Amino acid sequence: MYRIVKKEKMNEAVNKFVIEAPLIARKRKPGQFIILRLHEKGERIPITIADSDIEKGTITIYVQKIGKTTYEFGSFKEGDYILDVSGPLGNPTPIEKKGNIYCIAGGVGAAEIYPIAKAYKEEGNNVYVIIGARNKELVIMEKEFKSFADGVYITTDDGSYGRKGFVSDELLEHINNRKIDEVIAVGPAIMMKVISELTLKYKIPTLCSLNAIMIDGTGMCGVCRVEVDGITKYACVDGPEFDAHKVNFDLLMKRLKSYLDEERISLEQYKHMIGERR
Amino acid sequence: MAKKIRKTRVEMPKQNPKGRIKNYNEVALGFSEEKAIEEAERCIQCPDPTCIKGCPVEINIKGFIKKIQEKDYEGALSVIRITNLLPGICGRVCPQEEQCEEVCIMGKRFEPVAIGRLERFVADFEVGQGKKPEIKLQPSTGKKVAVVGSGPAGLTVASELAQKGHKVVIFEALHKPGGVLIYGIPEFRLPKKVVEQEIENLKAIGVEIRLNHVIGKILTVNELLEDFDAVFLGLGAGLPAFMKIPGENLIGIYSANEFLTRINLMKAYLFPEYDTPIKVGKKVAVIGAGNVAMDAVRSSLRLGAEEAHIIYRRSRKEMPARLEEIENAEEEGVIFDLLVNPIEYIGDENGRVKAIKLIKMELGEPDDSGRRRPVPIKGSEYLFNVDTVVVAIGQKANPLVTSTTPDLQTNKWGNIKADEYGRTSKKGVFAGGDIVTGAATVILAMGAGRKSAVAIDEYLRTGKWK
Ligand SMILES: Cc1cc2nc3c(=O)[nH]c(=O)nc-3n(C[C@H](O)[C@H](O)[C@H](O)COP(=O)(O)OP(=O)(O)OC[C@H]3O[C@@H](n4cnc5c(N)ncnc54)[C@H](O)[C@@H]3O)c2cc1C
Ligand SMILES: Cc1cc2nc3c(=O)[nH]c(=O)nc-3n(C[C@H](O)[C@H](O)[C@H](O)COP(=O)(O)OP(=O)(O)OC[C@H]3O[C@@H](n4cnc5c(N)ncnc54)[C@H](O)[C@@H]3O)c2cc1C
Ligand code: SF4
Ligand code: SF4
Ligand code: FES
Repeated sequence: MYRIVKKEKMNEAVNKFVIEAPLIARKRKPGQFIILRLHEKGERIPITIADSDIEKGTITIYVQKIGKTTYEFGSFKEGDYILDVSGPLGNPTPIEKKGNIYCIAGGVGAAEIYPIAKAYKEEGNNVYVIIGARNKELVIMEKEFKSFADGVYITTDDGSYGRKGFVSDELLEHINNRKIDEVIAVGPAIMMKVISELTLKYKIPTLCSLNAIMIDGTGMCGVCRVEVDGITKYACVDGPEFDAHKVNFDLLMKRLKSYLDEERISLEQYKHMIGERR
Repeated sequence: MAKKIRKTRVEMPKQNPKGRIKNYNEVALGFSEEKAIEEAERCIQCPDPTCIKGCPVEINIKGFIKKIQEKDYEGALSVIRITNLLPGICGRVCPQEEQCEEVCIMGKRFEPVAIGRLERFVADFEVGQGKKPEIKLQPSTGKKVAVVGSGPAGLTVASELAQKGHKVVIFEALHKPGGVLIYGIPEFRLPKKVVEQEIENLKAIGVEIRLNHVIGKILTVNELLEDFDAVFLGLGAGLPAFMKIPGENLIGIYSANEFLTRINLMKAYLFPEYDTPIKVGKKVAVIGAGNVAMDAVRSSLRLGAEEAHIIYRRSRKEMPARLEEIENAEEEGVIFDLLVNPIEYIGDENGRVKAIKLIKMELGEPDDSGRRRPVPIKGSEYLFNVDTVVVAIGQKANPLVTSTTPDLQTNKWGNIKADEYGRTSKKGVFAGGDIVTGAATVILAMGAGRKSAVAIDEYLRTGKWK
């Protein structure tokens, strides 16, 4: 059982949770994730470790409501317990001094890229962050990034904040003005695909963190398989980060839709149940 | 005057096939007391009982059957427990027909004594009586052992060492202990409560179980050695094998591990009451013909598939699954497509599998395994429509632990190298079960666990390594 020591609402969709997990807090490195299960009937879902506090023995995660499990998680309160938390899983991001690094995040991807951006900065790189969201309300962690990054840029789909448009529009402008040594993209598959196509054209090394469907996170089930350079890899143990230019994003996007019907049934049933309770 | 001996075995009642494919309950219902005695009476108590040599852990089979004949079931269980800690499990899933029962003297002229079924009866009888096994614990030695993995190998090591007075902590990657017994073998063949009972017994003798601990990630073997006097690795063979043919990553193509884990560990058959989904559609094809394949194909029927096929590249004779399970599958309506092999999967516009390209095979010369090697027949390809495919062609070693423990030697398949007593190339580290032998059986994993426990105990007491 893992206790939620703090919960903070970032916006309508995203909650921040601080969870007691001392051993994971001590071991985790940027780029790694946990797999959690809320309760006995719950499914196992992967969530990136955004931060940790070794002294307090806690990890911090940001969870965006998209389906049944993440909605239900949103209803958990401070003091509640999560039944299972397994981690740290996946490989840490290889952090080296490279020069000018661009961290591109879509939506809740900002939380996922945060520990990576910070680690790159601590390694002596110049770190620039581009955050994209649908609207102003959904932009998270701007303040946190501004506390250390060399530049933070926002784009929104509707233009309610920052540049109107996509993260790729913003990035293109920077490509034209600055030598970029590496790009890291974390967010929806389609966003990572677009960024990857752009940076391939300009031959900028690019990493992306693949959000494949997962169960065990140990290489046992094979549900998280992705194709990189034509070879099948397991996102949970071989990744989650891969060379974006070699990733078959179309396959990833299709596989993410494996259970669309079931996910809808599950979410509708949950919302119905919550509605009844009120 | 000699009693007349029954030539055939006493039938064990089963759920009827039509009804059972609509539920997840156990198929084989077990002997009643009367039936157990009737079957036990068939054992002629041979002066030189060959059956015992057929059992990998050499249970005193003659001895325990004698106790059943005497209606002393507790006594029978004590005899079994000397060498087998998990009789309720082995009695159900052991490949008896090629072990103890294969060499039973009765089997020379008639049907062999149903040793496995009797073993199961004795174990269930005890549970039915609400009795817990009485286990004598030796005084604490102050030594600590870390057991990684809670499959039959790890559970056995833990139990043996706890009884010898050592403090044992099991580290398990998943959120439930039991290994394949929990996530792989389905409820209808091995009820989860049988496994859970054994785990309760372990906890009762002081074994601590830490779930959600992936060793190699949260702690390395070297870190375990800082806190523990010895480490046992019972990691199993948890990596799914695929054929590496075009289209294998289409939606609807599961590894057997994923398919069975969704069903058994995550209870997807109860979706949406449970949150984990699974989708089978109308027509399912399972590639392979071992126990894992039989479990997957029979599960798919219970999930509502209208047609469930086994696709196997050799003939019926070579199928590695237990005969009993093949027969159960046939009774339930599974269709066997033999001497065919997939060469490609075809998907629809959403990336979901819709057909398999199969090629017909014929049997050539015997290969290393002694089975005749299947060879493709040129030009015999054809399309086979499906909604779901489950690939059940074998399991490999998971490298999470070995890759983070460089001084632990492995063979070319990634299995840990260990001697007969589980001693690895690294001092203080032992290994046994599927991670050493490659995918094998429950009883072999248990047997390896027993032997390792002896060596670990010796190492803890004397500090002597090899
Ligand atoms: C390595 C990794 C790290 C992640 N980190 C975070 C994080 O820090 N914060 C966060 O909010 N989310 C993160 N995710 C995504 C998160 O796991 C999914 O949002 C979650 O599983 C959805 O569960 P659900 O039941 O709420 O939605 P569902 O109803 O199951 O799914 C809704 C939709 O979400 C998509 N989806 C389903 N499963 C996943 C999945 N495993 N990953 C991504 N999309 C999925 C599908 O397109 C699906 O149609 C991460 C995913 C991975 C693989
Ligand atoms: C579907 C199926 C059906 C089968 N049917 C039969 C049958 O009918 N009869 C029979 O005799 N055998 C059968 N087998 C084979 C039998 O189950 C195995 O041989 C046996 O379980 C091996 O035991 P083990 O203890 O070595 O490993 P496992 O049972 O595989 O257990 C290993 C455990 O270690 C854990 N683990 C792995 N890596 C780590 C890590 N890094 N950190 C922490 N924990 C870890 C795993 O999560 C798992 O719980 C079947 C196997 C399968 C998959
Ligand atoms: S453990 Fe298996 S092989 Fe040994 S007696 Fe029991 S059923 Fe037979
Ligand atoms: S060989 Fe068969 S008949 Fe003889 S003792 Fe063993 S079980 Fe009984
Ligand atoms: S999540 Fe199961 S193998 Fe990656």
